[in-house]
Amino acid sequence: MAVTDKVDTAALIQHRRDLVASDAVLRISEAEAAAQASPGDPDDERMIINMGPQHPSTHGVLRITMELKGEVVMRSRPVIGYLHTGMEKTGEDLTFLQGPTNVTRMDYASPLFTELAFSLATEQLLGLEIPERATWIRMLMTELNRMSSHLLFLATNGMDLGAVGVMIYGWKEREEVLRFFEMVTGLRMNHNYIRPGGVAADLPDGWEDALAKILTELPARLDEFDVLMTGQPIWRERTQGVGVLTTADAIALGATGPLLRSTGDAWDLRRDEPYLAYPEVDFDVVVGTYGDTFDRYAIRLNEIRESMRIVEHCLHNMPMGDYRVDDRKVTPPPRARIDQSMEALIHHFKLFTEGYSVPEGEVYAAVESPRGELGCYLVSDGSPKPLRMHIRGPSFVNLQTLPHLLQGGLVADAVAIISSVDPIMGEVDR
Amino acid sequence: MTELADLGVTGQSRGQDVVHVELGGDHDAVRHLFDDGFTMCVDLTAVDYLGYPNRAVAEGVETERFELVVGLLDLEHRRRVRLRMQISDGVELATITDIHPGAEAMEREVFDMFGFEFTGHPYLKRILLPEEWVGHPLRKDYDIGRIPVQFKDAPQGR
Repeated sequence: MAVTDKVDTAALIQHRRDLVASDAVLRISEAEAAAQASPGDPDDERMIINMGPQHPSTHGVLRITMELKGEVVMRSRPVIGYLHTGMEKTGEDLTFLQGPTNVTRMDYASPLFTELAFSLATEQLLGLEIPERATWIRMLMTELNRMSSHLLFLATNGMDLGAVGVMIYGWKEREEVLRFFEMVTGLRMNHNYIRPGGVAADLPDGWEDALAKILTELPARLDEFDVLMTGQPIWRERTQGVGVLTTADAIALGATGPLLRSTGDAWDLRRDEPYLAYPEVDFDVVVGTYGDTFDRYAIRLNEIRESMRIVEHCLHNMPMGDYRVDDRKVTPPPRARIDQSMEALIHHFKLFTEGYSVPEGEVYAAVESPRGELGCYLVSDGSPKPLRMHIRGPSFVNLQTLPHLLQGGLVADAVAIISSVDPIMGEVDR
Repeated sequence: MTELADLGVTGQSRGQDVVHVELGGDHDAVRHLFDDGFTMCVDLTAVDYLGYPNRAVAEGVETERFELVVGLLDLEHRRRVRLRMQISDGVELATITDIHPGAEAMEREVFDMFGFEFTGHPYLKRILLPEEWVGHPLRKDYDIGRIPVQFKDAPQGR
């Protein structure tokens, strides 16, 4: 680090101060907003309106207070909390064994990632090595989840922009992936499949065929998206150059995932801070150039293709072995053993009544969710329940870029931009 | 290049770099680390250690009831560091939004959930809970409420 770096950072800091002080964010109270909602002067085109929380394009219950001048968005502020159910507080009252049932309900479009972050954090506190097969099953399932999440994005993004047909295309393909999830985990969403110590169940008979079917059928469908949207002039008109974000601003605002990659910064935790068995699989990190809505769309579409490469690798190289760690203090004994062994019965009883004690300490584990860095900060006081369970939700942080993306654009573009950030409100509000 | 040890008591937690900064020293530490390349504030949260005072932290660190935890990320060198600051109830903290604008929502969440005020924050309002909410739920002395049910002997609501 030379002296020149110092000069650079001073300029960077100044840029960041300007970013906070910029008039993109509407920092006024509800009462002030109500008072200024519509000006008395008919020539004054300035007004403050609420978009949401019941607006179909706000992905659930996001409200955005916008200051408009005619059709142009001046300042805005996302108002969140409508789905807040105190899940971090709930997490302190559940054992580590029960934890995944809670966290899986945060990001309901990609539930396996929250389970994974929680499990990785717990395993790091326990100092547990999990079997190779469990690692690969986790990787297979989370990549499939990335595909289903991005397909949901394509569906809703298309719908928000008026390409209603795309909605059906996206949901149809997502349903194929969810059907595979149902086959493996028993549920389409909120799986509670990835747990500390491994996964809940081994892959069922016939999983290879079901997966091979998805992998052979999906590429042609993805090409249809290209025909329907990517090369289409109307689609490009609506998305190109809309909601532009620079790399410097993205990093300053803490944006990760496709939002950061669309600006040209190839930051992907799967490659940069590898977890699971990602160093052993071959995939490319998709990056954009302009940081606009189109780039964010194209990145997600192509990430589905990259995820398929990983899934295919998992399909052909799935190692044999245990799907969970053979440590009876952490994972329950097989059902058959309970009838035969007193010890197994005791282990089973202890696990499901009291849970297992986790050594004291604190740890932060992060995974690359479809929306960006999903982190889990766990603190244990040595009891079976975490003292603190904090989830760093990528949607929560990414939402902060919205006022900067919206500023100066049209209201019609706002719909495209909100959609391109792809917030999942369950994770934002937790 | 700032050595982590210059910023406070350093330690490792499950292989992750942790620095215990003194009360009020977080802003300076974040600023120094920014010059070193830690350009992203990934996470900012707090922990209430009520009822767990004798916890083992690094040597020479006096424990308080609360802790502020700041996670910083250096994208270029793929490094992470976590700052932990012992704070007692009611202290005012300095905002780091002037260095990391992305911390704005996170500091609002800490204010909302723990009740700590950040001086210099551009818009310190509750973020997840309604404005008129009383109390800060993630404090350990904030009880979990119950929905009253009609069965006899069932625990009643607060």
